[in-house]
Amino acid sequence: MAKRERIEPGVLVPVQFIGIVVVGLLREVGRLGAFTASTVAAALTPRWYPQEISRQMIRIGFYSLPVVGLAAVFIGAALALNIYTGGARFNAEQFVPNIVVLGITRELGPVITGLMLAGRVSAGIAAEIGAMKVTEQIDALTTLSASPPRYLYAPRLIAAIITMPLLVIVASVIGVAGGWLVSVASLGFDSTVYLRNTLDFLEATDVNAGLIKAAVFGAVIALMGCYQGSRSRAGATGVGRAATLSMVGAAVLILATNYMLSTLFVRIGI
Amino acid sequence: MTAILELKDVEKSFGANDVLRSVNLSVARGQSLVIIGGSGSGKSVMLKTALGLIRPDSGQIIFDGKDVTHNKGAAREAMRARIGMLFQSGALFDSLTVWENVAFRLMQADRVRKKDAKERAIETLRKVRLGPDVADLRPAELSGGMQKRVALARAIISQPDLIFFDEPTTGLDPITADAINDLIVEQVRALGAATVSITHDMASARKIADDIAMLFEGQIIWRGPASVINESGNAHVDQFVKGLAEGPIQPGF
Repeated sequence: MAKRERIEPGVLVPVQFIGIVVVGLLREVGRLGAFTASTVAAALTPRWYPQEISRQMIRIGFYSLPVVGLAAVFIGAALALNIYTGGARFNAEQFVPNIVVLGITRELGPVITGLMLAGRVSAGIAAEIGAMKVTEQIDALTTLSASPPRYLYAPRLIAAIITMPLLVIVASVIGVAGGWLVSVASLGFDSTVYLRNTLDFLEATDVNAGLIKAAVFGAVIALMGCYQGSRSRAGATGVGRAATLSMVGAAVLILATNYMLSTLFVRIGI
Repeated sequence: MTAILELKDVEKSFGANDVLRSVNLSVARGQSLVIIGGSGSGKSVMLKTALGLIRPDSGQIIFDGKDVTHNKGAAREAMRARIGMLFQSGALFDSLTVWENVAFRLMQADRVRKKDAKERAIETLRKVRLGPDVADLRPAELSGGMQKRVALARAIISQPDLIFFDEPTTGLDPITADAINDLIVEQVRALGAATVSITHDMASARKIADDIAMLFEGQIIWRGPASVINESGNAHVDQFVKGLAEGPIQPGF
């Protein structure tokens, strides 16, 4: 029988490193999956807390309006300018209204709103829940017979899923208005023709695609905020880290799910 | 006297750190037990394990004669409805007003109407010497001593059979701490509830305890009436009670 060759311990270091990373990643995915399942179950079954849901809707939706509106108007205006410049290379400047409305409604409206809320809302939720965890408020909730998934996480999830599509509608309208403003004011477009082209080109499926994305992004934002907050470690550093992780995680997941949803919509013809 | 709470051979580890090592403890109805011990001796873990916030690795937790170690759902909620808890930091909910904090269980678990819940919260605040003027304030607008009193009001409002106190006087000046101790004794006697308190504060322990137990390295190493704490005959207890750096317990740094 041939003697087995002895493997030097140093050779295994990269393999060990890859193994640790993969196991850590799988563990994190499993934890997030279990957290998502328990939060969704709490959101779908009674008891609900309508007062908490409406409070979160105001915090997530209403207070995000200025930042979302401001971002949308600049994105719409810049988009119109870029399409005009690019379109001019093959005499297609007249398509500015069509591409602006399509791009804003299906893609930029939901994605920009999602990314803005990943920073403003997801990080805020993580910091709030993280602070509640380290000051024992979550333990206090449990001892007072209020389940944290039901009282804390589900209202935020429900509120984000409801308010994100509303915010995206507002962002899309303002974004298209930004494109219209710059087109009429500095690119020489006729206002009536621009608006007619916009409305004629827009289809219900474009709006639906944007709203579906918005609802999914809302769920991602709330879940990442709640998850990272619930796993926050003690101290200001722990809470700050939870906020950062939730923002980065939500932003990456929004971009990834955006691609997946766009692929799905192309396949099913939405 | 029958026990309201018993811990039998309770063990809990976090990784390689054995925090609780076969803890045995019993609290009779109406009895006030204070557990003393140094930082990191496992007091908070023991309290949270007894309360069901941390699951023990082994052993039994008996509440009112029933094994509740692995209780879930409605059975666990039924147990918690009979227990009050005052957290070390107060753990008041920042987003709610003082009266909403005090009446939280009444409104969320017992479904008491808002108007009635507020009346009961104000009445309970009065028992801890806080006037109705603080009811609509936020916890952040109160001093540390007032926050502890609000937390005490929240712990007693549903008239529990057992109340846990986690370091009730930590962070308070001696006068406010003594006032909190007086309130604890007064309110607990009025309710007839059993209490389990953990503290470093020997003045507090002497004032509120019927019995004192000492937790050291995850085990109860001594238990006796509060009146004999100065003559315990246990070197660990003597060192802790006298607050000496020299002795069998190494300082926690």
